[in-house]
Amino acid sequence: MWSFHKWFERHSLILLIGILVVVSIGGIVQIAPLFFIDSTIERVQGVRPYTPLELAGREIYIQEGCYVCHSQMIRPLRDEVERYGHYSLAAESMYDHPFQWGSKRTGPDLARVGGRYSDEWHRAHLMNPRSVVPESVMPPYAFLAQQDLDASHMDEHLRVNRMLHVPYTEDQVAHADADAAAQATPDSDAASDFSRRYPNAAVRDFDGDPSRVTKMDALIAYLQMLGTGVDFSTYHADAPENQR
Amino acid sequence: MPEAAVVRWRADVIGIFFIIIVGALLAVMGAAHAIDGPFQAQMWTMLAALLLGGAALLHQVTKPPQQSDATRYENGVVKAGVIASMFWAVAGLLVGLIIALQLAFPNIFYFPDFGWLNFGRLRPLHTSAVIFAFGGNVLIATSFYVVQRTCRARLAGGLWPWFVFWGYQLFIVLAGTGYLMGITESREYAEPPWYTDIWLTIVWVAYLLVFLGTIWKRQEKHIYVANWFYLAFIVTIAMLHIVNNLAIPVDFAGSFSYSLFSGVQDALTQWWYGHNAVGFFLTAGFLAIMYYFVPKRAERPIYSYRLSIVHFWALIFLYIWAGPHHLHYTALPQWAQTLGMTFSIMLWMPSWGGMINGLMTLSGAWDKLRTDAVLRMLVVSVAFYGMSTFEGPMMSVRAVNSLSHYTDWTIGHVHSGALGWVGFVSFGALYCLAPWLWKRQRLYSMALVDWHFWIATIGIVLYITSMWVAGIMQGLMWRAYNEFGFLEYSFVETVQAMHPYYIIRAIGGGLYLTGALIMVYNLWRTARGDAPSFERATDVPAAGVLAAAE
Repeated sequence: MWSFHKWFERHSLILLIGILVVVSIGGIVQIAPLFFIDSTIERVQGVRPYTPLELAGREIYIQEGCYVCHSQMIRPLRDEVERYGHYSLAAESMYDHPFQWGSKRTGPDLARVGGRYSDEWHRAHLMNPRSVVPESVMPPYAFLAQQDLDASHMDEHLRVNRMLHVPYTEDQVAHADADAAAQATPDSDAASDFSRRYPNAAVRDFDGDPSRVTKMDALIAYLQMLGTGVDFSTYHADAPENQR
Repeated sequence: MPEAAVVRWRADVIGIFFIIIVGALLAVMGAAHAIDGPFQAQMWTMLAALLLGGAALLHQVTKPPQQSDATRYENGVVKAGVIASMFWAVAGLLVGLIIALQLAFPNIFYFPDFGWLNFGRLRPLHTSAVIFAFGGNVLIATSFYVVQRTCRARLAGGLWPWFVFWGYQLFIVLAGTGYLMGITESREYAEPPWYTDIWLTIVWVAYLLVFLGTIWKRQEKHIYVANWFYLAFIVTIAMLHIVNNLAIPVDFAGSFSYSLFSGVQDALTQWWYGHNAVGFFLTAGFLAIMYYFVPKRAERPIYSYRLSIVHFWALIFLYIWAGPHHLHYTALPQWAQTLGMTFSIMLWMPSWGGMINGLMTLSGAWDKLRTDAVLRMLVVSVAFYGMSTFEGPMMSVRAVNSLSHYTDWTIGHVHSGALGWVGFVSFGALYCLAPWLWKRQRLYSMALVDWHFWIATIGIVLYITSMWVAGIMQGLMWRAYNEFGFLEYSFVETVQAMHPYYIIRAIGGGLYLTGALIMVYNLWRTARGDAPSFERATDVPAAGVLAAAE
């Protein structure tokens, strides 16, 4: 029986093909079904695509490597649900290219951090984390408040997301650059146009500096919307449509 | 010089020149149209590197190869690999020490004015530097060495091995400087941006062809077991790299991209990649090193040929399934989690098959552990491999994972594998290679190897024990309830409790770095050909060194 193995040992291409076949099976069996089964492609009411400003904030979240210390995935365990809120649903990250579930909690989970703290708290915390949480080991991000947000390519960002089946309208893509600034500039004409395009998004001056739109505006806008989409007072995990 | 060799040699030069010219043109266009500053900086870096490479190639063209080259082993690129490995080892370990200190002393090691030195940007730099820069260079260098000896053939492809070596260094530089400027795809262990991924793909295909080409030229009937593992590592990493990095750039003159998949599908694709970066980069590749260097150094044949067949195929088949154990209790469907857990537990057996084959190779030569610190390092690395491949399956059990996941226990587990297994087996191999390559009788000092071994071992023990305690404590504190049924601790109290363990961890990392610096000194003196400074009872050359140095 062992002499059978000489075919692999004497022919490099047979060995190569053998390896490729053997290492392909597991991935195909596990990953391919996820694109078709109901529980992973379900839609849940309230989950919406990011606004241009939130999307820009998400880019900063990625660039700064926030995901290496903060997860965005609440597990259905008693202590986690009490600490962070309702466990995360698959649908809540359906517009995340790529996902930001993370793998480590050097800091707390952020899947439902939106609305938990005020904008002022986030600002102070990002400027110097130890000014509000003395024991924190988080790095300071004061420089974000000094840097203007470059939103001149947000239309391209939305267009690429649209190619990936994130449901942005033509209107939203066309006005993306202006909408990014409008969301952080309340009481302007642009802001009311923005609210018409994104009815469920908050319009505020997130960074407390009304004179300009900074990277801090974008990051706080993103943090403040995390996990706020689904209304869990009306969402029932055991309803038949959610039991797939 | 035979006519055919001249033609082939010129074809290599033309091929590499073609890549350099096309790359340089694209880099210039990228820099000219760049929509963000960091992308522009990356394109200038790319251009500078390609021009330097072109100049070096022109220099080579004016100096035709020696007639005798075709009958000799190609050692130059392996030597370069040894030097690069040690350079990146020190760099990667140093960054690791810095980020460990940042978590231990945030008031001292964070600089509000230098955001690019923050933990979030340095951590990918650390992981990529140790895994891909150090580990990758060790794998490329040793595979180029081993495939030549076990096939009794010179490396195929003329100048292409040098293209692989320098192309890979460019990949590292682009990725590393990119992280510091905030360029990342946020996929753990696959953070480099889309254009760096494309560059790596080109280099990797060249690597595969050089490796396969050498096997095709072999004068041995059988392909040696180490080469099965190297081949599995090279082709599987290619598959994982390409699928996991599928993305659409926002702009072809910008660094940011959106991955093709999202949410659940993206998470499993990423951890299918992430776990098999461990399985094929950090395991299969380094098992290949074990299969060549342990028997060579112990001067004993591999313990069991049949075991190597069984555990090779079982290992590569089972590893691919293990990814979902990174996603227990998440929104990933439970059947996928259960499959991941089941296969992770089964994986224990082929992993220990490799360990047994490595350790039992010492049958009849165990006494050498007393006198040969290099062999001791190789053997202890296999022991650490056995330990972490037991710990891994245990942590993949869903109930255990509910405690360990998101905590520093995972970090400790990773480092027992990385420092103990990958680090030590690499150091052992490099200690073997230095005298063989530079044609020295022996290493400059065996006593320094002893020092390295013990300092690094103590460092590992401090690191992993502190992270065990810290991780389990953290997990228990998160789920602790008081007598009134409320959560006992706020999150920040668990952060505060980590402080002493973060300090111990940093000390452990510092010791490990110290050991690596001792090694750099020792290898440097060996390469220079310095005579041993003094002799001790244990300071005698191992016979294997003399035999191999011929």
